[in-house]
Amino acid sequence: MTPVRTTVVWCPDWPVVAAGVLPHEPGAVLHANRVVAASSAARTEGVRRGQRRREAQSRCPDLVIHDHDQARDARAFEPVVAAVEGLTPLIEITRPGVCAFATRGPSRYHGGDAALMGLVESVVAEVLGERGEVRVGTADGPFAAGVAARRRLRAARLVAPGESPEFLTPLPVSLLDRPDLVDVLERLGLRTLGQFAGLPVSDVVARFGPDGGAAHRLAAGLDERPPDARPVPPSFEVAAELDPPVDRVDQAAFVAKSLADDLYDRLDGMGLACSLLAIRAETEHGEVLERRWRHEGALSVGAIADRVRWQLDGWLSGSAATRPSGGLSRLVLAPDEVRAATGRQLGFWGGQSAEGERAARALARVQGMLGPDAVKVPEWRGGRDPAAQVVLVPAAAVDLDGPRPATDASWVTAPWPGHLPSPSPATVLADAPLFAQVLDSNGEPVGVSGRGLPTAEPRRLAVGRVGAPERTPVWHDIVAWVGPWPVDERWWDVHSHRRRARFQVVTADGVARLLVLEASRWSVEAVYD
Amino acid sequence: MFDTREVALPDRLRENDQLRQLADRFRPVTMAERQLLPVADALVPLFPGGGLRRGSIVAIAGSAGGASTSLALAVAAEASGQGSWVALVGMPSVGLVAAAELGVALDRLAVIDTPDRGNWSSVVAALVDAVDLVLVGPARVRAGDARRLAARTRERGAVLLPVGVDWPEAPDLTLTTSATRWEGIGAGHGHLRARRVTVGAAGRRDAARPRSVELWLPAVGGGVASVTAPTVRELRPLPAVGGT
Repeated sequence: MTPVRTTVVWCPDWPVVAAGVLPHEPGAVLHANRVVAASSAARTEGVRRGQRRREAQSRCPDLVIHDHDQARDARAFEPVVAAVEGLTPLIEITRPGVCAFATRGPSRYHGGDAALMGLVESVVAEVLGERGEVRVGTADGPFAAGVAARRRLRAARLVAPGESPEFLTPLPVSLLDRPDLVDVLERLGLRTLGQFAGLPVSDVVARFGPDGGAAHRLAAGLDERPPDARPVPPSFEVAAELDPPVDRVDQAAFVAKSLADDLYDRLDGMGLACSLLAIRAETEHGEVLERRWRHEGALSVGAIADRVRWQLDGWLSGSAATRPSGGLSRLVLAPDEVRAATGRQLGFWGGQSAEGERAARALARVQGMLGPDAVKVPEWRGGRDPAAQVVLVPAAAVDLDGPRPATDASWVTAPWPGHLPSPSPATVLADAPLFAQVLDSNGEPVGVSGRGLPTAEPRRLAVGRVGAPERTPVWHDIVAWVGPWPVDERWWDVHSHRRRARFQVVTADGVARLLVLEASRWSVEAVYD
Repeated sequence: MFDTREVALPDRLRENDQLRQLADRFRPVTMAERQLLPVADALVPLFPGGGLRRGSIVAIAGSAGGASTSLALAVAAEASGQGSWVALVGMPSVGLVAAAELGVALDRLAVIDTPDRGNWSSVVAALVDAVDLVLVGPARVRAGDARRLAARTRERGAVLLPVGVDWPEAPDLTLTTSATRWEGIGAGHGHLRARRVTVGAAGRRDAARPRSVELWLPAVGGGVASVTAPTVRELRPLPAVGGT
């Protein structure tokens, strides 16, 4: 199957452009504490994708940070697509920032590939203005065209018909955008796409499965669509009449969610999955809006719903010139291309599992009831205190379905001298430590000398609320104790400098506590409950 | 539909306990009330049926500082390690490092802020719908809410574990800790290493006969273990260093 000649329009660093950062300003977009995209000014300072916030800020102190919002990306991309649509119909949006179209017709109409590319570049540049740049590449097949668009030299972005395999041969395998596969290939010594394409296809499929087979086709300059992509019977279209017409995104998105469920169920029942989705909306004044979204694999139900929501957002929240004149009266989702669902095998242990999905949905529901910050998930950070070693981050900021390396203790590689020996306390009162009094056998308060030794053996302990120490305290006899374990942290910083001494103390009732003496005040930091 | 006869293992492998346990674990079980979530080996004697029965309420009681939080985490740990999700509601001060040491998988743990009284039961109900193990911390629970949650839990096959909660209905099983003793620490030397705890279990129906076991909770090196003689020797306080 010869690949379709394709032009790809690529706006580099789209999330940053959509966030409103100008190219000469240092800015970055973060998701779950990792850099997703950075402006070119930030990149010259050393900010890279995948860095943590702190690392990025240390490279570039005046970095302006924005949260990642895919809906915002899609909304901002809509005018770009609309501009390209002025030149050619049937544009496929791969993701916000990248769209593609088949060039055969338009290039003949506009006078050749080079002329078409120039035209597309000028209309998109007009839309973007100062905000960002655009690169256009043409080659056989969307993958080669996407790679061509990333070339630095303008002349290299046009690959002549039939030359895509030669064009791809010397390029590195990392362009395949499959990190796990690329990692294995590089360790096997296969560093260029040509070397990978040179392997027998049966061996590649046997070793790397259908996904590896698809990557092999891409590397060989063949069409990424498998030979079994089939025409879609019209019955798969799902539609909803919106009566009364809807002009608010949230209302439309609500309908879109149930349509997405419906479409996914129908396709799933036939063992199919959608890889190119057409979203069509009709307004009460008879306008018809249509956009097509492509996905390299198969669109899951959540991905379908997301794309529909983004698209509706793009239409309904656009500028007055591009916004439809009336409310939406009909919404249609049509799978324009389906493929056999090779199956997303649910994990047996760990990984993606039905249980994980259910739990993530329930947590989303609870977030709806209590607010987004009320549901938190733990991550290892490293530290000397029980409360600092594992911190809670809002579940909304974490991709619960993806791999989460920070939930494994091996995530922390620094040794943190001075952390507490295991076992760790099961109750940590870091937020509200309890006031404590510790006395020796003479009834005198126990302190710690400058040499790190206790002034006397602690004998009795009283625990009370902060601010109410005078009420008759209940005294416990101390049967075992150890300490002090001095901790002198952040001595270089006047404001966050802490100097503490920690004790483990067991009282006669069998309760073990972690006591802290800081600035001559005792407090209970944790209970070994 | 399922062949529930025991899989015939070759004689050579019959001795192998591990394989037999695996065979037990994967034998299809059909009756919903018989479905169990696994617990650590040391805790098995506490549970009628040998595990956490899906759809049941297992209350954990004990005085403050008396190992009840550790026990709750230890009960949830084995199932969590095998793929179940765990949610903590209204337990803001749980030590998550301790949870990890006891075997709770942190990538399947969610911590939910204490909901206000009006929301409490609907939040817990939403979690029971989808999460296998729901641990709830101190809250005032109305009898009606408790009944509704019990029905919801039974229907969805989750396990609800009220920790230190005055639960208005009789739970299916109540675990109580008593007689805790820390080992490894002396007067000014050593450090906390392990704790000996007596855990009692009593409940309704087939759990009516009280049971109790003596446990190391936590044991040396983390986790939970039943008390056996040799570990005691290891756990004498470390001798004081130098001439203090």
